[in-house]
Amino acid sequence: MLEIHHLVKHFGTLIAVDDVSFAVARGEVLGFLGPNGAGKSTTMKMITGFVPPTLGTAVICGHDITRAPIAAKRCIGYLPEGAPAYPDMTAAEFLDFIAHIRGFSGREAKRRIGRIVETIHIAEVLHQPIETLSKGYRRRVGVAQALLHDPQILILDEPTDGLDPNQKYEMRKIIEDMRPNKAIVISTHLLEEVEAVCSRAIIIAHGRILADATPSELARRSRHHNAVRFAASGATDAQLCAELQRLPAVAAVDAARDGEGLLIFPRGGQDIVADVADLARVHRWQVTLLRVEQGRLDDVFREITTAASESAPFAAAA
Amino acid sequence: MRNVLTIFRREFVGYFTTPLAYVFIVIFLVMAGMLTFFVGNFFGRGQADLQPFFMFHPWLYLVLIPALSMRLWAEERRSGTIELFLTLPIRMIEAVVGKFLAAWCFAGIALALTFPFWLTVNFLGHPDNGVILASYIGSFLLAGALLAIGACVSALTKNQIIAFVVTAALAFIFTAAGSPAVLGALQGWAPQWLIDGFTQISFVSHFSAITRGVIDVRDVFYFASVIIAFLCANAILIDLEKAE
Repeated sequence: MLEIHHLVKHFGTLIAVDDVSFAVARGEVLGFLGPNGAGKSTTMKMITGFVPPTLGTAVICGHDITRAPIAAKRCIGYLPEGAPAYPDMTAAEFLDFIAHIRGFSGREAKRRIGRIVETIHIAEVLHQPIETLSKGYRRRVGVAQALLHDPQILILDEPTDGLDPNQKYEMRKIIEDMRPNKAIVISTHLLEEVEAVCSRAIIIAHGRILADATPSELARRSRHHNAVRFAASGATDAQLCAELQRLPAVAAVDAARDGEGLLIFPRGGQDIVADVADLARVHRWQVTLLRVEQGRLDDVFREITTAASESAPFAAAA
Repeated sequence: MRNVLTIFRREFVGYFTTPLAYVFIVIFLVMAGMLTFFVGNFFGRGQADLQPFFMFHPWLYLVLIPALSMRLWAEERRSGTIELFLTLPIRMIEAVVGKFLAAWCFAGIALALTFPFWLTVNFLGHPDNGVILASYIGSFLLAGALLAIGACVSALTKNQIIAFVVTAALAFIFTAAGSPAVLGALQGWAPQWLIDGFTQISFVSHFSAITRGVIDVRDVFYFASVIIAFLCANAILIDLEKAE
């Protein structure tokens, strides 16, 4: 439903986005990840028709954003970064304005606003000026605005930025609920968010796509994937380390940084928990902790994005 | 067209949700009154007309119109709503025209609220109401031209103060170009075409032609083309600069 073809954006001599292509299908939630200044927002601004691309284009439900911007924009719901809204309008007035621009009036506009107010839970602030709303409510009004016309494509730039954990949870639930009927792109720099809501993640740095995979595939690239967290009594940590390191499948053994046992890293991501358990039985250690780690997205993220900056030291951040 | 109306309504209502509307109207009326009665010597002239009232409009607008136009685009830029606004399915020209019409309509209301002046002269004597009507139309056109300039300037900055000052400066150039002071300074050394040029671009010469009671097509055409030219420039500038 959403196809991005070789998007490039130059700001003067700065290359903010460098040949980005991907497609998003209905039912997918694509997490757009990257360090600050990686080109996430610029890419979203090009998709939504705010910034004209230097090269390439985005096709939204069959409409080319550079050739048929109005038709393309009709299919998109967009929450820009920071959820901007007219501060002196009330939430109700603001949504009414958006409804009219989206082509709904009278009873239909009322019905749609009523429904969205219910799903997004903003009824209690509906008649307050937007400038008096808390950050969480303001963002919700922004999301309500993006959903009013029930768009097929939803582009949300940092939808949970600045929200407290409860609000984040609620926002993710809203996204999850909408997922079956829409193609959704969210940008974020929160990795937990990707794990929580995204069916796919793209990591971008210096304007280039560095990884495009499901969150669990990405996590599998982590050194921590299939690592075993282990603690036992009956031997000192040094003895445990020495014995564990002798296992052929074990690459390294470290004391966990959080102080909770030892971390045993496998060679090539293989499954080593059985080997560790066997070893414990042989040595008659009393095992107090044995847990297989899933892999950490933040490791992968850091590895991928910092490797990129080392290979391209002169590419300035946008 | 529907979109123009929707945008118009939002902008127009927006004037009244801030104190700007009331401050503007009160100051406009008070200043118009003071200039007419004290500087224009309304009563002393012994004539039942509104010449001393309209005479000061270009100078009054010079200060007040930039205050109306400065927020049109600068505020959208500053608060980031421009990104929301321009990713809605609207044409650029609809956005530009909707905003402009809201400001113009507001100026029209302020102008209409000067009707007590008209009542006063009709109470005191028998003025030529045709001339007064023409003058009102001329003043409204003048306000429109200044607003179009102001909207265009507002599109270039996110700072309302800059928008105000630059608009006032441009308005001053357009207003003062045909004044005796400028023309006198040119007289004697400048070629005739330059002097004619300054007279032609001056708001005051076209405005005062209308306030004499003759609505010449050329004067109307002049104001209309200034409005259209600046609105086109406005649309182009927004398109070029919206992402900055």
